[in-house]
Amino acid sequence: MTTGATTTAPPALRLLRFDAVQRGAHWLSAALFATLVATAIPLYFGSLFGFVLPRHTVQMVHLYAGLALAVPVLVAALGPWGARLRRDVRRVNYWSRDERRWLATWGRAPLRAGKFNPGQKLNAVGLAAISIVLLVSGCMLQWFRFFAVTTRTGATFVHDLFAFVVVVVIVGHVALALAHPTAMRSMLRGWVPESWAAVHAPAWLDEERNADPGARRAQRGA
Amino acid sequence: MPVTHKADDAGSGEVAVGRRVFLSILAVGAAGIVVGDRVQSFLSQRLGKGLGGLLPGGGGFRIYSITGAYPEVPAASYRLEVSGLIERPASFTLDDLMAMPATTMTKTFQCVTGWEVPDVTWRGVSLAHLLDVVGVKDGAVALSFGSYDGADTESLTLDQARRHDVLVAYEMLGAPVTTEHGGPVRLYVAPMFGYKSLKWLSAIRVVDAVEPGYWEQNGYPVNGWRDGSTGDTNSNPEIA
Repeated sequence: MTTGATTTAPPALRLLRFDAVQRGAHWLSAALFATLVATAIPLYFGSLFGFVLPRHTVQMVHLYAGLALAVPVLVAALGPWGARLRRDVRRVNYWSRDERRWLATWGRAPLRAGKFNPGQKLNAVGLAAISIVLLVSGCMLQWFRFFAVTTRTGATFVHDLFAFVVVVVIVGHVALALAHPTAMRSMLRGWVPESWAAVHAPAWLDEERNADPGARRAQRGA
Repeated sequence: MPVTHKADDAGSGEVAVGRRVFLSILAVGAAGIVVGDRVQSFLSQRLGKGLGGLLPGGGGFRIYSITGAYPEVPAASYRLEVSGLIERPASFTLDDLMAMPATTMTKTFQCVTGWEVPDVTWRGVSLAHLLDVVGVKDGAVALSFGSYDGADTESLTLDQARRHDVLVAYEMLGAPVTTEHGGPVRLYVAPMFGYKSLKWLSAIRVVDAVEPGYWEQNGYPVNGWRDGSTGDTNSNPEIA
């Protein structure tokens, strides 16, 4: 490999951060998000400013991409192959006292970070919840006949508002990923060097070192 | 606030913050769907139409076109052809329409899919007056409308067409109706959803049976009253 000095590490000093199932779910979801944003822009702004577009086609692409958004993460998490993803969902859910204090003080309290820091946890939880709100409100717009007119207006309002929020969150997510290339590469090749974990996720490194050495060797190969 | 401890790890003070954040966001979304209607009216009053039109909930129009193009019809060459079961078939110019008694009304424009724009002022000839000018024959039951876009069609029963709040409109928000909004002349059916207000109105045929229009053939109700009812007539004072 011809990657930079900070990103090469002998296999023994690598730590598996995301397995192939997690990476696949991430990039499929990312591709669907990109499709949703690309079709949402002309649908939303085109209709405000009067651009001409084959509205029905764009709308159908948006609809099916939106419905498909739930699939990669659910398939990845629900199968026997989803053990690591499920464990990471638990990590994102449970917060230690230090992590809660870190959040309450806007990151000023000292924290010995685990596999995910509180910001990353908020990002994951937030994106999951916002996606569900968008999916439900979007379905209400598509199958509007089943709802009262005021409810349709509310669903339109929520869908537009949450779409703005999700774009802001994703732009932040991508910006942080670009600012932390080693972390970002772990979503491409799976592993991080232990030296990276020692700085950014020391509690996780301890956890992995205390784990059964045989189990660690097995994780590396994925 | 209820605190959920991880059963096997309660000692380390681990709390399911993720679940709490997750459920809170879902609750905000659900509440928004329920009260978004009222939030939107409040926002569009506070922000006005300029800035408000760009923000979600600001109350801007969303412009749809069936054909993917807007027919450009110069005001000078505009014609409204009226034919069918009438005494005096006619072809009205824009000047002809503007010379007739004008009706002005300010109402909320409501799309069947949920978005709405409050306080839109329309001006035009009442369709009832136009029908009196051409003289409707016995046996007439309904009207079929055609558009310069060559694709959109609409229908109204004769009784619906004679309501006081149905216009052949040439002004919107105090200015000539723009091309995007269906100008120079469009139908404005105030008591019904936006799809009934056919844009780029080119022709009216008086016929002996309701002919469902473009959107109705695509599943929308033929009688698209703004209160969601679908009967031939509607006496709801809310939309009257």
